[in-house]
Amino acid sequence: MSMNNVGRPTRPEAANDAPVAHETLTGARGLLQDEALIFERDGWNKTGVDLPEAAAPSSDLAGLLRSEPIGLPGLSEPEAVRHYVRLSQKNHAIDLALYPLGSCTMKHNPRLNEKMARLPGFSDIHPLQPTSTVQGALQLMDRLAHWLKTLTGMPAVALSPKAGAHGELCGLLAIRAAHEAAGNGHRKTVLAPTSAHGTNPATAAFVGYTVVEIAQTEDGRVDLKDLESKLGDHVAAIMVTNPNTCGLFERDVVEIARLTHAAGAYFYCDGANFNAIVGRVRPGDLGVDAMHINLHKTFSTPHGGGGPGAGPVVLSEALAPFAPTPWLVHDGDGFDLVEHAGEASAETAFGRMSAFHGQMGMYVRAYAYMLSHGADGLKQAAEDAVLNANYIKARLKDVMSPAFPEGPCMHEALFDDSWLEGTGVTTLDFAKAMIDEGFHPMTMYFPLVVHGAMLIEPTETESRQELDRFVAALRALAGAAKAGDAERFKGAPFHAPLRRLDETQAARKPRLRWKPVAPAPLAAE
Amino acid sequence: MRFTKDHEWVVVQGDIATVGITAYAAEQLGDVVFVEVPEAGKTVKQGDGLAVVESVKAASDVYAPVSGEVVEGNAELSDTPETVNALPESGGWFAKIKLSNPAEVDALMDRDAYEAFLSTL
Repeated sequence: MSMNNVGRPTRPEAANDAPVAHETLTGARGLLQDEALIFERDGWNKTGVDLPEAAAPSSDLAGLLRSEPIGLPGLSEPEAVRHYVRLSQKNHAIDLALYPLGSCTMKHNPRLNEKMARLPGFSDIHPLQPTSTVQGALQLMDRLAHWLKTLTGMPAVALSPKAGAHGELCGLLAIRAAHEAAGNGHRKTVLAPTSAHGTNPATAAFVGYTVVEIAQTEDGRVDLKDLESKLGDHVAAIMVTNPNTCGLFERDVVEIARLTHAAGAYFYCDGANFNAIVGRVRPGDLGVDAMHINLHKTFSTPHGGGGPGAGPVVLSEALAPFAPTPWLVHDGDGFDLVEHAGEASAETAFGRMSAFHGQMGMYVRAYAYMLSHGADGLKQAAEDAVLNANYIKARLKDVMSPAFPEGPCMHEALFDDSWLEGTGVTTLDFAKAMIDEGFHPMTMYFPLVVHGAMLIEPTETESRQELDRFVAALRALAGAAKAGDAERFKGAPFHAPLRRLDETQAARKPRLRWKPVAPAPLAAE
Repeated sequence: MRFTKDHEWVVVQGDIATVGITAYAAEQLGDVVFVEVPEAGKTVKQGDGLAVVESVKAASDVYAPVSGEVVEGNAELSDTPETVNALPESGGWFAKIKLSNPAEVDALMDRDAYEAFLSTL
């Protein structure tokens, strides 16, 4: 082992290979600090802020006034900061390394977006403020809507849905409202391909529809013949993702739309993979009637963290009248919101999706991303995302097995597990071993139509150098699997804060545990 | 042994049908990590949800291939769900059902018909 002049290994992996003389005495390991649950910390009497005593509190609550402590832990500011930083170090993040989780579009969250979202005119406002005092925020919503409509070629957008699945719900409710308004309430079936995101059939079922699967062709696309045979007067809508979950463009999408409309049904497009086609393809031109846009995927807002997200839904001419309130309108006096279905200019709205107007912070971030990239930059991002995925597919196709080897993919490279046959290593094992190499696992076992699926989406975030590092790691792992080193995979991850967990039992039979220190009694009055 | 298009199998001894999922189904599911079997006394109609099986890939319902009253669920599967992969058509059985309509069994596919059906998938 090569050492530097103070006797430390010069390469960190050399240190990892060194035999472990003993476990640590504290549970902490070097830069990885052991961390208790926040409720297990001994610190009920501390506080991070020094507030003056409140003036004699008067209350009308009488007997309802709390007399028991509420059990919040007490931490000083550095303790609170350390707690959350330590927890963050136990997990993977896009800020740490490549995060190739297919269909999730884990792209970089530009810091400029964060700065813009913190401008007080956007962050320190309340949804119940008079609209005359939030004209700037409303204008931003209007501009964002303009960009979303322009990029999709659709005439209307409902901004308020909070996420992709919420957007699907919004789209199907608009479709249901349109059918009912036209006296077609008897249409109760929704068609979705076998490769659909699980949320598609779940949403359709939630709205009260019966879901029928559309078969897939050998080359991973919607089977037109099967679609045609299942369309009819009973079908309310089809739900198709494009590019689809196999990472392939639905070549026949225009024909899919034509057949669907000819049967009197609407075309819902799952926009989860919009990042692959922004600036190149406008879904409105393809005949789409409704599509959600995950701002946290395509437009770089954070996935989770900081509250609900945003999944705006663009709507076609036919569905626009049924869009949920609030509707953003503007006249000579500026912007205003139409809040209630049935009011003038929102007579046919189907209702509303959320109490207020949606997630302002996400709107600002997405709009900042659009403005900082410009139309040409958004197009290039889509092209680079596709190029990166094809680079990975090309660099790995001789050691792993592409599920659809013919032709290029879109933004995701999909492999099956046939190349692992006989190694004793499964897709799950391989994914866990990626953690040991410093990468988040790819999406596994989805789409369901591909055996042992491994769905890799690098996004445009990654440079050629980072892609090469990733490819080298996967090639080395593939080599180890084929060389019979199954142990490396069966036990993985070895270098994570926790080893492999029983994820099923954790979900099915969660063992909730903490040992709370007895809370301090409330201070005597 | 008789089979359904949903990849359940049935073996009848007397008026008791033992029910499980086929080797093909187990292979398609991948590593089974959780099984919820029905409790004795539950009455099922053919096609009703009988059990739940969850693999690394997906959670799926197992449907009752025959109608009747459950007399026993395979309790061992809760601790060793991997038995479904190891012995899908024997030790990995899900439930024993007291048949209320034995004629249903005759309408199910035999091994040859099931394998012919698989070859169309």
